[in-house]
Amino acid sequence: MTLLAVERIKLFTTRSPWWGTLIALAIAIGFAALTTATADEGFVSVGSTQFGQFFALTVVMVLAALAITTEYRFGTIRTTFQAIPNRVSALLAKTTVVSSLALAIGLLAAFGALGISALIAPDANLALTSAADWRQVAGNGLVYALAAVLALAVGILLRHSAAAIAILLIYTAVIESLTPIIPEIGSTIHEWMPFNVVEKFLSGDGGTRAVAEAGPPLSTSTLSPWLALAYFAAIAFGMLAVALVVAHRRDA
Amino acid sequence: MIEARGLTKRYGETTAVDDLSFAAEPGVVTGFLGPNGAGKSTTMRMILGLDRPTSGSVTVSGKRYHELRHPLRTVGALIDARWVHPNRSARSHLRWMAKSNDIPQRRVDEVLETVGLTSVANKKAGGFSLGMSQRLGIAGALLGDPEILMFDEPVNGLDPEGILWIRRFMHRLADEGRTVFVSSHLLSEMALTAQDLVVIGKGELIAQCSTADFVSRATEDAVKVRSPQLAEFRPVLADAGASVRGEDGAVLVSGLDSDAIGDLAARHQVVLHELSPQQGSLEQAFMQITGDSVEYASDFDDRAPATTELAGTAS
Ligand SMILES: Nc1ncnc2c1ncn2[C@@H]1O[C@H](COP(=O)(O)OP(=O)(O)OP(=O)(O)O)[C@@H](O)[C@H]1O
Ligand SMILES: [Mg+2]
Repeated sequence: MTLLAVERIKLFTTRSPWWGTLIALAIAIGFAALTTATADEGFVSVGSTQFGQFFALTVVMVLAALAITTEYRFGTIRTTFQAIPNRVSALLAKTTVVSSLALAIGLLAAFGALGISALIAPDANLALTSAADWRQVAGNGLVYALAAVLALAVGILLRHSAAAIAILLIYTAVIESLTPIIPEIGSTIHEWMPFNVVEKFLSGDGGTRAVAEAGPPLSTSTLSPWLALAYFAAIAFGMLAVALVVAHRRDA
Repeated sequence: MIEARGLTKRYGETTAVDDLSFAAEPGVVTGFLGPNGAGKSTTMRMILGLDRPTSGSVTVSGKRYHELRHPLRTVGALIDARWVHPNRSARSHLRWMAKSNDIPQRRVDEVLETVGLTSVANKKAGGFSLGMSQRLGIAGALLGDPEILMFDEPVNGLDPEGILWIRRFMHRLADEGRTVFVSSHLLSEMALTAQDLVVIGKGELIAQCSTADFVSRATEDAVKVRSPQLAEFRPVLADAGASVRGEDGAVLVSGLDSDAIGDLAARHQVVLHELSPQQGSLEQAFMQITGDSVEYASDFDDRAPATTELAGTAS
């Protein structure tokens, strides 16, 4: 508990997490407001309100990576390990605090997006009536939290802000989306890439959308939604485990 | 009490610390002296469990660092004053440190008061001057009221007032019975600060002794002699067992004190124009001792050792 309090103090006594939170919320909610306000009749649905989540999620991943890389950048990681020689505990506490913040941002972003759409288009059917509807909205909390774990792991491993952010952005924005282009094996590989898989958890087979285009491309994963989330979680925690072992062994 | 036994650290090819054994006792300031790159900071990081020794071990109060339950209450250290988030206030920085070791939050204000940062406690540490950052680092070291304190080049870059403040401060901490271990690359600074010395060069132990011993060993006494009759006087001095260096006109005599030289001159009716005892500079002497172990020796060394910049910027 003490360690969580320590990491909470550290996280909220600098400004960047606040900015990151605001930007992520502005993107998710702003996107929803725009799509809903400009949409044709019959377009607005639970699914369409969550169009901007991927971009907000990227911001949260950057926030999470920075939470650890700035500690390396400014040397406070050494003060941290001096105060808490058990590095695994210290880093797990940080992971818990940062991913909790990500979970909160995910929920706020998703329900905020839904809420503003309901205000703009009061006649649209935005009631959460099915399990798929709930996953599409509330599920963002879990996805944000797990993505933050993954981003933290990358940050711990690389230690440099620029490197960690570059890898995360290039991977999510470029590598995953271009993989299907590879002849023959491309689409098979893509089927198992984590951000493609986790989209399955959120959007399922598109049942939350009025029209198929009202959201990001649907996942090509053949896993069930909850298996898809488990798979994403396994990758995030697997990377975290590797990062913790490395941080434990190397010089601070 | 800090005890190192056979402490060794290699970074790839570089051996930063080589089979180093020493002890720093409570109640005195122990100086950790060595030229740039000697391995002082590396040793201190190993004491704090930040770097893993390649071999050997080091204990603080008889325990390895990671075995300490609340390490900040046993060891307070200032390794680098810049290890603070620039956007975090001094108070917030100390607040999380205190929290991590179950140190009451009122200690934060106490140590801020002690180092004189109360008025800027809520200001961002990024805007602090070097002296202020140094004080914040010291506040962090004092937070847990530890029995062992460790400072890496604490006076580096400070003005004379700041240097004096830190020097007095370390004396006070030692007088309170604490172990104070402080590194420097300047013997002149250590001569004023430390009672005991651990001297290293190229990662190896050169000496562990009292500062007084080291200084007297380091400063070989010489006497400057000027005389129009040096040609006659030289062999006399040599016969008396002294060594004579220098050009005609003025020479440096070592191995005899000025009384003996004066007596000799009188007995041999040699006119002296000058007879003055010389104290070699501490740094010069220190360099002679660590001579072959200066990490970044320059071509300059052979010809003019005294001009080598030992007191260069430290990392
Ligand atoms: N992380 C590292 N990786 C590789 N080499 C290192 C590392 N840290 C230190 N070294 C090397 O180890 C040696 C000792 O360095 P260290 O910083 O401990 O010396 P120092 O006595 O503190 O010097 P200074 O007076 O300049 O602060 C140097 O040759 C340095 O280049
Ligand atoms: Mg150093």
